[in-house]
Amino acid sequence: MTTMLAHRYRRGELHEFRSSDTDFMYLVSAGAIFALDEGTRAVLDLLDEGEMSHEELATALAGAGHSPADAEDLIRELRQVRAIHSEQVTIAPAPSAPPADYPLQALVLNVTNQCNLACTYCYEFGADKIATPAGKPKYMALETAKSSVDFLLAGSGNREAVHITFFGGETLMNFRLLRDVVGYANEQAAAQGRKITFSLTTNATLLTDEIIDFLSDNAIGVTVSMDGPAEMQDARRVYKSGKGSYAVIEPRLRKLIARHRTRAITARVTLTAGITDVIRIYRHLKDDIGFHEVGFAPVTTAGEEREYSLNGDDMTGVLAGFHALADEWLDYALQGRMHGFTNVSETIGELIQGTNKSHPCGAGLGLLGVSPSGDLSPCHRFTDADTHTLGHISTGIDQGKREDFLARGHVQAKYECQSCWARPLCAGGCHHEAFVRYGDTGHANLHYCDWIRQWTDTCLKIYGTLAVRNPGFLERFAERKGLS
Amino acid sequence: MKHLKPINKKAQKIEETITSVDEDVVALQQQPRPHVPMGCTLSFSPGWEVDAGGGTAGLCQPVERDIYDCYVTCFWPVQVPDHVNYSPDWASNCAAATKDWRNLDLVFP
Repeated sequence: MTTMLAHRYRRGELHEFRSSDTDFMYLVSAGAIFALDEGTRAVLDLLDEGEMSHEELATALAGAGHSPADAEDLIRELRQVRAIHSEQVTIAPAPSAPPADYPLQALVLNVTNQCNLACTYCYEFGADKIATPAGKPKYMALETAKSSVDFLLAGSGNREAVHITFFGGETLMNFRLLRDVVGYANEQAAAQGRKITFSLTTNATLLTDEIIDFLSDNAIGVTVSMDGPAEMQDARRVYKSGKGSYAVIEPRLRKLIARHRTRAITARVTLTAGITDVIRIYRHLKDDIGFHEVGFAPVTTAGEEREYSLNGDDMTGVLAGFHALADEWLDYALQGRMHGFTNVSETIGELIQGTNKSHPCGAGLGLLGVSPSGDLSPCHRFTDADTHTLGHISTGIDQGKREDFLARGHVQAKYECQSCWARPLCAGGCHHEAFVRYGDTGHANLHYCDWIRQWTDTCLKIYGTLAVRNPGFLERFAERKGLS
Repeated sequence: MKHLKPINKKAQKIEETITSVDEDVVALQQQPRPHVPMGCTLSFSPGWEVDAGGGTAGLCQPVERDIYDCYVTCFWPVQVPDHVNYSPDWASNCAAATKDWRNLDLVFP
């Protein structure tokens, strides 16, 4: 007796969405996006009911007016991209942990752990801090910074370009070191025929004309931590005396944006209780102050009991504001214009590539943080936290600790993520937030799952609309973001 | 692909991979079509030399006939004795298959 293969098909893991009268699918195993036609739409609808054999599927498609050859094509295409599976196919396991010699791409140098502000929600000084800076240097020494540059160049394999971010504390409290190390890094990189780029994050209180000119001359990207117009900024971004910082930074920001012409100037807003009027904040920072881009992130807390924590209603308001700005982003894009709402831009950038993350970010992979004392950590948020040291700049990476960190943080180690379609982009969310919230860097950030799925769906719909109505914009966007 | 349109880079890579694989297996698709022997290559047809346990009792068609059929008409080399190198005389006692097929011996690699 001769037995033909009898495949039974079921739907693969995919998230469907519809925009501009077109159906799309987001393939979760790959991060790929395909537009569906009426035929592939019909196959997926048929499989909504449950498994079907090849023959049942072909018959049903013939009944819907598809020729036998067409029906075979439809099934084959969906099978080949793995939008549908047969039970006889074993899906290859996803790659496991990255190699131990994964080349470095960026370092975050915490040039000081001191700050002239005392923002009440700060993860470095606030109630939920994990840093243990007692007895450690407060300012990074030039030798440590130079060693860090050497460490980065040596550990970055054959990458053509590497990046250094300066961070704090308040970064500009150690501007002298920053200036000297930029010079050193440029020399070292040039000697190797490679490129090195820089950025920094600051609260803007210490910006002077001299500093602004230096930043512009060296094409150093600037992110300003800032919460909005005066009454919002002054609510929690305060000096130790309690005095707000808006009046100090406002004229400095205007100068910074007017004089620094070589890189985009970005504002990074922390959303806290009462500071949730996303649209008003955006208008002020983008239109009144003149930032090129504005990004928002909810504050990190151990729970909802802090004075500054966002509650569910706050988050609903935030998301409504996000959606309004997302609509505006799309309107701009349809007209071929760039909009400054970073939260959409970042996600669209990842969707263009089809990013499919093993880890939520580069921490511990291509990126490491360096504390003022030279301790290595997964990123700047773990700086000076003894529990998360991954080695020292003088002795190199502690591979055992790094592997433990990466094994915990791998998306496949996060049970709840396995059934979530948004995991290619989220991968469980921020390691630091997970540690503060759940005591484990490898815990999925369950408190914002719904929020992430809703947001990813919104961005997918924007992406779909652009793919149909202005695909040229996506190409230009990719070039501009350096994604091509 | 006719029915799915890739709209991001990952999807384009998947399409390129599929297309390159499709182009890689044109042998049986070219026109005019090559001779394709029936019986063993296009369907799953149990009944080769030995079953999974190493014996012949569980095979569902006469093993000797099946093997001899491949030997004479089929190019599928792994499923018949290698009469070029190791078993040149395998069919020498089998002048007419319909009469003499019992003379074909089992060959264990």
